Amino acid sequence: MMDLIVNLVSGLSLGSIYALIALGYTMVYGIAKMLNFAHGDIIMVGAFTVITTVSMLGLPPALGIIASIVCCVVLGVCVERIAYKPLRKAQPLAVLITAIGVSYFLQSLALLIFGSTQHSFPKIITVPAIEIGGLTIQGNMLVTLAVTTIIMVAMSLFIAKSRTGKAMRAVSEDRDAAELMGISVNRTITITFAIGSALAAVAGVFYCTTYGFIGPYTGSMPGIKAFVAAVFGGIGSIPGAMLGGILLGVIENLAKRYISTELSDAIVFAVLIIVLMVKPTGLLGKRVNEKV
Amino acid sequence: MMLKVDDIHVYYGQIHAIKGVSFEVHEGEVVSLIGANGAGKSTVLKTISGLLRPKSGTITFLGNDITHTEAYKLVNRGLAQVPEGRRIFLQMTVRENLDMGAYTQKDVSEADMEEVFRRFPRLKEREKQIAGTLSGGEQQMLAMGRAMMSHPKLLMLDEPSMGLAPILVEQIFDIIREFHASGTTILLVEQNAGKALAIADRAYVLEQGRITLSGTGADLAASDAVKKAYLGG
Repeated sequence: MMDLIVNLVSGLSLGSIYALIALGYTMVYGIAKMLNFAHGDIIMVGAFTVITTVSMLGLPPALGIIASIVCCVVLGVCVERIAYKPLRKAQPLAVLITAIGVSYFLQSLALLIFGSTQHSFPKIITVPAIEIGGLTIQGNMLVTLAVTTIIMVAMSLFIAKSRTGKAMRAVSEDRDAAELMGISVNRTITITFAIGSALAAVAGVFYCTTYGFIGPYTGSMPGIKAFVAAVFGGIGSIPGAMLGGILLGVIENLAKRYISTELSDAIVFAVLIIVLMVKPTGLLGKRVNEKV
Repeated sequence: MMLKVDDIHVYYGQIHAIKGVSFEVHEGEVVSLIGANGAGKSTVLKTISGLLRPKSGTITFLGNDITHTEAYKLVNRGLAQVPEGRRIFLQMTVRENLDMGAYTQKDVSEADMEEVFRRFPRLKEREKQIAGTLSGGEQQMLAMGRAMMSHPKLLMLDEPSMGLAPILVEQIFDIIREFHASGTTILLVEQNAGKALAIADRAYVLEQGRITLSGTGADLAASDAVKKAYLGG
């Protein structure tokens, strides 16, 4: 029983990291109508920023995290402006291929700068583990859960209530109509990429703290998992991304503990396939009729 | 001069949809653009509002060349469009739709909101409802209310009567008259030529991307060519 609870907590913690990344995926999909397959690599860039600033330059961890967020936001916005914006009216396939290209570009760039060896991620979350009724829960998991919960609540409120959040929903639903309201679609898409990248930077810190090591390809697996989480929850749906991410983390962790470490990813993807067979739009996805 | 469209040509890919259209709208007028389905009426409106770009020609709004101005920048300058098919935000509430209409205003003014609700009491009843649950007539009212939230100087309406029952069509035209009476200049695109000519100070007939006739609403309504083609006899 204790064991189950400990695994559930670490699953929730991992899942909330996936949820943060999935939020970026789903928001970009909902608003820019594209799958940004370079989203996972933003995590890697963020993590290397932390390594550079904290491990190499010796800056305090808080500054390292801020630098990582700034760096990811700038990168996300630049990628959107340079690679995706010129393709705004192009076929979806062209945009998809471009996104994959950006992903390889970022990986190769990291390979050039940092080499192919794994770098150890600095211990920047130094909260001691706590014990409740005989179970020990690691400090970094508590911090992860607390911070991601705050971010998810804040994001939900932002999307529901703020002027910009409403504009994002309007753009997501009908670009031309939003433009006729005086909303700049381009600016809204830029903001979306900025927010998504900032979330990825934060997620990257937690992810790398959990795993301890990073390399140029570190971002791709959490990126794919988060994409799966977004689809699982219903791509384009913000609560869906949160729910999908958390469920994915819990399923992955329990599968690892009780079934098989090697098979855990296969089990995660099998669950996705089953969910999509039963509900093709994902758990919270709505069927939206394509406009002609 | 409120709006001057000068010899615009618009293409959809290879298709030459608008072949040199020119017309003007003066302050305080109701101008109707009538024509059959596919004549290019909506294309003209979308080009004015900046959603489409003309290949050549110019559009002047309140003395400024807006031919290449992005659509979202025109709202602030006093141009609003109620698009064809209403295009309200179906997944947002009625109130949020009106908020979006007031996006360019500094604050969403309660007075403006009340004004819309006064004109459209049905919307007040459904304020918190998701717009997708509204009936067609209510959606049209919401689209018009939403457009008024930006205090437009020129309101362009694209087929506001489309798909509505006759009684609702009457209501919609009454509201257009009200908007006009309160000082808004109107550019109306309609297939319902009878109604559109009755309300118009001046009107233009668009056929296959060209303007073929123009005159006062009454003159056009009396002309044999218009009667034959658009008024059923």
